[in-house]
Amino acid sequence: MVSAIVAPAKAGVQEQPAGFAALDSRSRGPLAGDSPADPRRGNDEGDAFRSLFASLIAILLATLLASGTAPAADRFITVASTTSTQNSGLFEHLLPQFTRKSGIEVRVIAVGTGQAIKLAEKGDADVLLVHHKPSEEKFVADGFGVKRLDVMYNDFVIVGPKTDPADVKGLKDASAAFKRVAEKKAMFASRSDDSGTHKLELELWKAAQIDPKAHSGVWYRELGSGMGATLNTATGLSAHALSDRASWSQFKNKGDLAILVEGDPRLVNQYGVILVNPAKRKHIKAKDGQAFVDWLVSADGQKTIADYKIGGEQGFFPNAAKATN
Amino acid sequence: MGEATILPLELDRVSFVVGGAPLISDVSCTLAAGPRTVILGPNGAGKSLLLRLCHGFLQPTSGRVLWHGANGVDPLRFQAMVFQRPVMLRRSAAANILYALKLRGIPRPERERITADVLGRTGLARLADKPARVLSVGEQQRLALARAWALKPQVLFLDEPTASLDPAATFAVEGIVNAIRAGGTCIVMTTHDLAQARRMADEVMFLHHGRLLEKTPAASFFAAPASEPARAFLKGELSW
Amino acid sequence: MGDIGEAFAAAIRLVVGLDRSLIEIVLLSFQVNLSAVAAATVLGLPAGAALALVQFPGRRAAIVLANALMGLPPVVVGLIVYLLLSRAGPFGVFGLLFTPTAMIVAQVILVTPIIAALTRQILEDLWQEYEEQLRSLGAGPGRAMGALLWDGRYSLTTVVLAGFGRASAEVGAVMIVGGNIDHVTRIMTTAIALEVSKGDLALALGLGIVLILLSVGVNTLVLVMREAMQREQG
Ligand SMILES: Nc1ncnc2c1ncn2[C@@H]1O[C@H](COP(=O)(O)OP(=O)(O)OP(=O)(O)O)[C@@H](O)[C@H]1O
Ligand SMILES: [Mg+2]
Repeated sequence: MVSAIVAPAKAGVQEQPAGFAALDSRSRGPLAGDSPADPRRGNDEGDAFRSLFASLIAILLATLLASGTAPAADRFITVASTTSTQNSGLFEHLLPQFTRKSGIEVRVIAVGTGQAIKLAEKGDADVLLVHHKPSEEKFVADGFGVKRLDVMYNDFVIVGPKTDPADVKGLKDASAAFKRVAEKKAMFASRSDDSGTHKLELELWKAAQIDPKAHSGVWYRELGSGMGATLNTATGLSAHALSDRASWSQFKNKGDLAILVEGDPRLVNQYGVILVNPAKRKHIKAKDGQAFVDWLVSADGQKTIADYKIGGEQGFFPNAAKATN
Repeated sequence: MGEATILPLELDRVSFVVGGAPLISDVSCTLAAGPRTVILGPNGAGKSLLLRLCHGFLQPTSGRVLWHGANGVDPLRFQAMVFQRPVMLRRSAAANILYALKLRGIPRPERERITADVLGRTGLARLADKPARVLSVGEQQRLALARAWALKPQVLFLDEPTASLDPAATFAVEGIVNAIRAGGTCIVMTTHDLAQARRMADEVMFLHHGRLLEKTPAASFFAAPASEPARAFLKGELSW
Repeated sequence: MGDIGEAFAAAIRLVVGLDRSLIEIVLLSFQVNLSAVAAATVLGLPAGAALALVQFPGRRAAIVLANALMGLPPVVVGLIVYLLLSRAGPFGVFGLLFTPTAMIVAQVILVTPIIAALTRQILEDLWQEYEEQLRSLGAGPGRAMGALLWDGRYSLTTVVLAGFGRASAEVGAVMIVGGNIDHVTRIMTTAIALEVSKGDLALALGLGIVLILLSVGVNTLVLVMREAMQREQG
């Protein structure tokens, strides 16, 4: 919209009739010489940003390299297992021995049995070590697992307040105990997380012909938590709960809870191990995973399991000889 | 005027309307290099708005602002503005000037040299490395002038540059403005201070209710204002 | 209370004993949290500055979105990152699941909106003050952003610290994508969660106290650096 009416502009600021013409010649030398040496003058935001962003990116790259390359360099397998196994402390006893002998590091993801199976189905774990046989067999039948092997067992216990409000102490029948808990409307803390423990609990309720969900929120509390969190809640609520013995033995926040019911054959807690099917999920480290499975069921592995003591008592009973499938 | 310059500046029936209220109405005038122009008028007359329209911060709702010498270049590059309350960046006094020069694309050694020079000319050399924001209001205003000066603008707009300064600081600022002008920069300023207007103005533009009532040489404006509001204003009787 | 006394005793034992696995966990926590915050800063500062200064269609919606994402639930982020990084997911081939990198990715997603949204607010306020001056000096949008970021640096350090706080306190996302693997992806918060699940509340609280002390340490360090800078530059 603007058109030149006066003289055509052929130059910019530099040729303005400004007072700088004089100082140009006079002051160039000394001032131009000493000023850039002053760090504060030179430190404008451009420089500062460059160095700030450069250092941020350096931190980033350093970490990404450190974390990105380390797993690739090491030889390791990923095992999906359960919180109760982890909380029992068995892995800390077992895995270093395997790693020492095989050179294979074992990384354990401890979640509920249901979630562990999902992880393995997606191919995010190489080996599955869980304790709910029907789910494990389905996993193999669906083609996700190569073969299921028994590894070991321990047992479940029903814990509850020492005062025994439901009058179940000493019962040898877990379903009968559950029935009394329901009749007395005594507090019961359920994991409700689709774990092996939770699945067994539901089977026991079914055998007792009680639908606990009908009482959810009253005396039956569905927590949706792992074994430890459930026991913490049970302590707080003075509630009954189903726990595997190893987790219970290792648990430090027992409060006024104690084992009330044990010894029912249905309370056997059988652990199985499965190599995830490399034909189905191609990232599976079949060779190293198989080495771990083989070691667990070998005489050496079985003995190592048997050696693990919790409070002076054997925590797990190896039974790999009875391999199924 | 044989040199390349963006001047003269022509306002062609410039109006600025906000929400139906005419804040600037139909202002036409031409500003050429040479005389120092002082815009006078009561509070709310539209002085600051007019400066912002000239500087290109605001677009007129009707009419045109024309830099006849711009010839396609961005006229903003050849202007500078000093605000009543100048904004100092959170860095040293010298760095404030260096930054402004950097934005104009001046090479680094040149920047250093010009900065040292204008700081010296405005009596701020001693404060060069002080954080700009801890300087006194008067020092900050001088720094704002130094920063504008460093840019060698063809046109310098000043919006009440001495409104909150004491007499000595005001005197210093006026001296700097005159020195800048001596370098060939065209000065356009607003003020409330009639004594300052008498000292500084070669030409007066009198604004009232957004209208340009007078644009005359300072001597004749102060001797015999042509409009009634200007007479009242000079007597200190005009309220908006 | 006995438990809390025991927790302090546990915390002191952990710190004084320079427990090796504690040191490992602390170092990994710093590595993960600092990287996440660094990346989120590199992404969030320019994004926030752009939201503050650049007019574009949908800007208001973007601001609302950034503000809303500050409240992203970590577990949801963890789940999304898990599904993305899972062997069965789109980025499965990289094998990043259950690595510190996965944890960093999740935390970057959690922290970036916080940094962007808070940066936007601070710079927008600053822009009110600076706009005319910077435009008069001839600063384009890019230069103006740089100047605002630099002049807002003291407020922005607090923004970055807020991001660091979010990252270092977060457990839900890193638990899912890291897997809390001993010596590999176990950091302070997941270690605390594990001790809670073992019922060792005193040790868990002791670790919590160590975490708080570390956070106080980081914040003190930043404060001291900032004050030194402020003395120097104003
Ligand atoms: N962006 C805007 N939107 C609406 N009204 C505005 C805007 N800017 C200024 N005004 C109004 O325009 C009128 C003129 O304002 P301006 O700032 O130009 O006055 P002034 O002559 O500089 O007054 P003073 O001497 O007090 O500085 C005032 O009434 C003001 O409220
Ligand atoms: Mg004004």
